[in-house]
Amino acid sequence: MVEKQGPGGGSGTVELIGEHPILDFQRGEKVLFFFDGKEMEGYEGEPIAMALHANGVRVYRETEKEHRPRGFFCAIGKCSSCFMVVDGVPNVRTCITPLKPGMQVETQHGNGSVPDGKD
Amino acid sequence: MKTLSTEILVIGGGAAGLSAAAEAASAGAKVMVIESDLHLGGQLVKQTHKFFGSKDEYAGTRGFKIAEILLNEIESCKDNVEIHENTTVTGFYSEDKTFTAMRGEESFFHIQAQKTIVATGAQERLIPFVNNDLPGVYGAGAVQTLMNVYGVIPGKRVLMVGAGNIGLIVSYQLMQAGVEVAAIVEAAPRIGGYWVHAAKVRRMGVPILLGHSIKRAVGDRTITGAYITGLNEKFEPVGEETFVDCDVICIAVGLSPTTEILSQAGCKMMYVPQLCGLVARRDMSMKTSNPDFFTAGDASGIEEASAAMVEGRIAGLSAASSLGYLTEHGKLDEYWSRLQSLRSGEAGARICQGIECVLVNGWEDGRNG
Repeated sequence: MVEKQGPGGGSGTVELIGEHPILDFQRGEKVLFFFDGKEMEGYEGEPIAMALHANGVRVYRETEKEHRPRGFFCAIGKCSSCFMVVDGVPNVRTCITPLKPGMQVETQHGNGSVPDGKD
Repeated sequence: MKTLSTEILVIGGGAAGLSAAAEAASAGAKVMVIESDLHLGGQLVKQTHKFFGSKDEYAGTRGFKIAEILLNEIESCKDNVEIHENTTVTGFYSEDKTFTAMRGEESFFHIQAQKTIVATGAQERLIPFVNNDLPGVYGAGAVQTLMNVYGVIPGKRVLMVGAGNIGLIVSYQLMQAGVEVAAIVEAAPRIGGYWVHAAKVRRMGVPILLGHSIKRAVGDRTITGAYITGLNEKFEPVGEETFVDCDVICIAVGLSPTTEILSQAGCKMMYVPQLCGLVARRDMSMKTSNPDFFTAGDASGIEEASAAMVEGRIAGLSAASSLGYLTEHGKLDEYWSRLQSLRSGEAGARICQGIECVLVNGWEDGRNG
């Protein structure tokens, strides 16, 4: 399972709301995915950013020049703070991209590069 | 590249967009709804509290239940409605009257529509302070998405910035989700939101610090605290800084209308402070200076969801009617009287001022029928 990591790299605990006085959460199938090569659990169909946050991951990319860490901010696909490399594709809006089993999610460094072999 | 076409394109499947789609489809028009999120419902699905306003706009019903009601209405005229979720309209090219859109991140296509209703909502504002870019500084909407849609705990201890309705409601929602709220800071000398919401969080023991703001966030890779300070009447920091232990700083300082598509369509825009930003000028039918474009909801000015739903109805009705579909006589007047009653309160007076600036008494270039 998930190992204890440094700040922003995953707390090792799954941070989900159990009982809620009003809401009843409908979660998808539990699936495995990879964050920077580490195996993690999430729910199929939930946004990648939410699955990462539930695994304690808060840093999703680093800026080009200053290497400032970035997490998400708006969570509705408008602010570009949560861009990551997903299955080799950079600048994916992880807050509105659904999680699929086996996905390779990577911290994006800088602006990302265009993947080979794609038109 | 594939081109989809429709009679009425509704960009945004939130409170305004769904209402517009339901209204136009029930009049018989073919409607296409494009929603960038994974599911329809916009911000409604994130609201656990019971709405105020009037019974016509489901006062007394919780926000996420209102979304279900609208979705059922859409379902009842589903033959006329085509829905694309996880799809973003990325631009409008007026020379070709064509929209570009993408499903997910990699599948691109074009859309052509006779009429378009722009119900793109709003985006979160941010205020300047040191380290405001660190992970853990989240918009209020993002915190709601995490905890109320996906059931993920946003953090252990939250500093809320802003005591308007959103700041107050999200503070209460955080406590519902079992998260501690350290304090609410508000730069203004008074609470911006409804007293009933403020009373609720005060009863739960959360201090609301008026005339206070965040000065800097603390953290190496993620937020580990914040320094707050008092403000004088010129909003300048005064007195000692106080450290607040927190791992999330929730920003609830207001929203800005999302209007890029309207600008690209050449709609006459106007900066209206009471409506929180740049919005399209429109007539009583929510039609903009481009006769093929209508606007509704937060994209036409920041207001409550109840008003967004009525504006959506007006835009849907008008778009369908402009294509020759028969609509019930007197409906437009009825919707306007509903809007007026929603805007009758203290907060509504400001909105009314803004509407007065931006509303035109009909378009006169002859292209508008």
